Amino acid sequence: MTTWLILFIPLISAVLITFVTRRQKDLSSYISIGAVVFCFILSIDPILNLLKHPHMEPIQQSFSWINIPGLHVEMGTLLDPLSILMLFVVTFVGSLIHIYSRGYMHGDPGFSRFFACLSLFIFSMFGIVLSNNFIQIFIFWELVGLSSYLLIGYYFEKPSASDASKKAFLVNRIGDFGFILGIFVLFQATGTFNFIEINHILEKGGIPDSTLYLAALLIFCGAVGKSAQFPLHVWLPDAMEGPTPVSALIHAATMVAAGVYLLARTALLYHLSPDAMEVVAYIGGFTALLAAVIAVAQNDIKRVVAYSTLSSLGYMVMAMGVGGMTAGMFYLTTHAFFKALLFLAAGSVIHAFHTQNIWEMGSAFKKVKTTGATFILGSLAMAGVFPFSGFWSKDEILTATFTSHHYFLFAIGILVAFISAFFMTRLVFVTFFGNERYHGHPHESPPVMTVPLIILAVFAVLSGFAGLPWFEPNFGTYIAGPSHGGHGEHGFNFFVAGLSTVVVLAGIALGYIIYCRELTKDPLEGNVLYKLAHNKFYFDEFYDNFIVAKIYNGIATICNFAEVNIIIHLFVNGFAYLTRESGKILRLTTTGKLQHYTLIMVAGVVALFLLFGAL
Amino acid sequence: MEGFPILSAIILAPLFGCIAILFVKEASISKIRAIAVISTSVSLILSLYLLFAYDKAKAGYQFVEKVEWVRSLGISYHVGVDGISVAMVVLTSFVIFTGVFVSWVGIKHRIKEHYIFLLLLVSGVFGVFTSLDMIFFYLFYELAVIPMYPLIGIWGSANREYATMKLTLYLSFGAVFALIGILSIYFTAGQMTGSYTFDMTQIGKISFASSYQIWVFLPLLFGFGVLVPLAPFHSWSPIGHAAAPSAVSMLHAGVLMKLGAYGIIRIAMGLLPEGAQFWMPVVAVLCLINIFYGGMVAMHRKDMKFMIGYSSSSHMGYVLLGLSTLNYIGVNGAVLLMFAHGIMTALAFALIGFVYDQAHTRMTYDFSGLAHKMPFIAVAFAIMGFASSGLPGLANFVSELMIFIGAFKTYPFQAVIAVFGIIITATYMLRALRNVFFCEPMPEWEHLKDATTFVQRFPYIVLILVLLIVGFYPAILIDVINAGVMPLVDKINNVSMAAKAGL
Repeated sequence: MTTWLILFIPLISAVLITFVTRRQKDLSSYISIGAVVFCFILSIDPILNLLKHPHMEPIQQSFSWINIPGLHVEMGTLLDPLSILMLFVVTFVGSLIHIYSRGYMHGDPGFSRFFACLSLFIFSMFGIVLSNNFIQIFIFWELVGLSSYLLIGYYFEKPSASDASKKAFLVNRIGDFGFILGIFVLFQATGTFNFIEINHILEKGGIPDSTLYLAALLIFCGAVGKSAQFPLHVWLPDAMEGPTPVSALIHAATMVAAGVYLLARTALLYHLSPDAMEVVAYIGGFTALLAAVIAVAQNDIKRVVAYSTLSSLGYMVMAMGVGGMTAGMFYLTTHAFFKALLFLAAGSVIHAFHTQNIWEMGSAFKKVKTTGATFILGSLAMAGVFPFSGFWSKDEILTATFTSHHYFLFAIGILVAFISAFFMTRLVFVTFFGNERYHGHPHESPPVMTVPLIILAVFAVLSGFAGLPWFEPNFGTYIAGPSHGGHGEHGFNFFVAGLSTVVVLAGIALGYIIYCRELTKDPLEGNVLYKLAHNKFYFDEFYDNFIVAKIYNGIATICNFAEVNIIIHLFVNGFAYLTRESGKILRLTTTGKLQHYTLIMVAGVVALFLLFGAL
Repeated sequence: MEGFPILSAIILAPLFGCIAILFVKEASISKIRAIAVISTSVSLILSLYLLFAYDKAKAGYQFVEKVEWVRSLGISYHVGVDGISVAMVVLTSFVIFTGVFVSWVGIKHRIKEHYIFLLLLVSGVFGVFTSLDMIFFYLFYELAVIPMYPLIGIWGSANREYATMKLTLYLSFGAVFALIGILSIYFTAGQMTGSYTFDMTQIGKISFASSYQIWVFLPLLFGFGVLVPLAPFHSWSPIGHAAAPSAVSMLHAGVLMKLGAYGIIRIAMGLLPEGAQFWMPVVAVLCLINIFYGGMVAMHRKDMKFMIGYSSSSHMGYVLLGLSTLNYIGVNGAVLLMFAHGIMTALAFALIGFVYDQAHTRMTYDFSGLAHKMPFIAVAFAIMGFASSGLPGLANFVSELMIFIGAFKTYPFQAVIAVFGIIITATYMLRALRNVFFCEPMPEWEHLKDATTFVQRFPYIVLILVLLIVGFYPAILIDVINAGVMPLVDKINNVSMAAKAGL
């Protein structure tokens, strides 16, 4: 019952705000905040229950939604360690971001609309987290896409925001195209959509490897879309057109994590299809590296954080691909805290400076101390400095990569760790230190914004200890992948930890050397690699100018040409023309003169005689 | 309501309304409108009653009425509904009910004649969906098609003469082929049994020779297929939509196109199961032209009515794909999509009409930022666009999902193309939404007014609610539809099993 309540409270809030309290802005925000906080309170009970019983049996509740012979679709909720963890992350981070938004969005004409959309988003996200079957998760998957569309396009009068929201929705649709086909393949093989039933059938075996491989790859398409992996990563940076709290909530902490969650949810399928896992791992690794390089050359504070998110998502997907489900989910959790923190703090910075360009800030740490301090704590966590949360979770991923003998991916992981430390250092020094480049008078944000920052900062620093490898129970006791039979893939590898610490410190040192001085523009600007990275390796140009403009629109133009010229003009109007012209010719025979008719009649009679006479 | 001729009441209510309007003076507009509203709400209420009173457990034809008409020829006024017809009757009554309100706002001259033709047309549509006698089926069909000619010719917009001529010729052309098929079935069945009848329930019991079924299925498929419209015989439809006034476009795309699909289900597939076995795989290929090609043309078009017009023919391709699966899931999905698409496309044409009536252009590039001036219309348009692109929570998603699952069983390749089709739909819908409603407002559209009054908003709210209710709780329709689909699909598949056993 509680789970249904959790699911529907945000929806009720969205409906209430839209239809009743649209004009009472304060009330709208209180309803929305109240809804998500109430859900957080409701989810405390299952969390405590889980802590008491680490090996709990999954609890399902469902009713039938479509029921005809051959097709039974249910709607239901599923409570197991994985969904409870996600529930905690979404409600906790979501609550803080809702509260923060009250300050950030203050005075915006669409205030109520914003909170209605936030509630709709929370509803959709809960739907994904609590789903017990594939159709339902797909439904909410799409609804998350919708709420993301609405929130990215919140400032719909801006063409850039309208374009970004459209792009996000369509790019996600491409991923979903594969996802739904994967669901069909799996349904064909197992006859059910239910996660637990599918797992039972998979455990029994008997499904051909090729089917499993196909299903796993297609379902991964869904994750590639939502978690913005290469080659569908292009929508996430553009999604920064939305208000900053949206970036924090959707494009850092929750929605983009849904892809990783999906991989965890279907971990058994991937476990049974090692080839598909390799694909997942390499896509993840490549995305992590690509995004990290791009992040180095961005000048918009939100975009740097956005690319760091992409890179982190690649890290998580890579973890899933090498079989480190515990590591991936652990990283997802810590990442939700420190990335939400970074975005919200970035929002607070933007609020203070009224610009997003880091080269128009600088030297303002004194003015925005709380924001600056929390931002730096978040950056340290993101960079993975010992003993911040990012260190422990990143270490688990690297260890999982190393112990599964993916040495190439391990090298990529180490490289990404180095680059991440470097660009986070760059971001911190250029934004808060160095020479003064800003105009106006930056000021600290109100407590409604800074208090959530402080809470998130605490978690960004400390949450890593939940996964300390030397203690039981730890994170891995609760969240364990299929390959480890109830125990997280653990162990602390001093080589891995040592190496990552060294490269992180090197990255910070390099960043310090280059950026901690008087600067007006990026000293790396002349560099070719910098230029490539600054232009995001021209993926957008390639997609827009070639794939969309030439191929996609080209096919449309050809079809339209065929329609207008061949079908309509040639066939349809041609047929009409033939009818008309043959009518004109036949009309000549009706002369109205008796002599003509008689002549034709006689000729006919003669012709008949000749014909039958010959026989 | 035992014994009450409920189906006749549904058919006759608009006809009585039409006759009543004949006796009202041209100038008393409010009386005319009131009659139209009352007569269509009678049909609506009764058809909703049908939906809930239909006994799903018993299935089969219910609420049957039969009066002999021409005994010597075996023609009788015979009406009755199964699950499939119930869904179509409910669809029709929603579309005409809201259409009356849309005309209230949109039609400014010759109001009396407009409503007369509109109501006449709808009587015919109700008749087709409930007839169990093939002659009445055909008569009602013509009754539904003929009023289109004046409706588009008089109240239409640009290029209306060409459009209405093309539409009428095409539909009559198709009807002739269907009539040939119907007459052939009549005579063959008569020769086999010795008693000549147009009664579909009687003919349905006869099993025709396999080769005969295959031959006669073709004219029926073609005749009704033109109306669906089956590519490449679709070109009458987008221009017909475009030229027609809003309420007529709503009926045209929302209901008339479904008559074709319904004819294929009821007469072609229902009476000639082996013909269906033989020909539906061909339809499964042809419908890809509808889905992909139609979608691509829709994407290219900048005139919103043409865009929705081609989108309709694209989505009717999904209906054909669902039917061609010949399994429960796909056929159920197809019928549900006929319903969902009918409602969604009615909403689309009503909305575009609302903008067009004020702005006198429908080109997406002429607009920008209309959401500032007309937020209500913008939201409704967004909902329509998302419904069309198969967003969960709205009726179209459920039906398309079922078609995909059904198609994936029998035609995996077609299913993949069809699923890709939803990306195409999303592309042109979101582009239109962005170009017309989002971005900066333009000074020349400062004078546009949002829908504010009850009469203006009411039809949109009703249609959106229907989409949402079915989207959230599809069982409300699926359970009824399935009661009609199962016997049909069983019949078709049993034949093939029997044929295999015979071999």
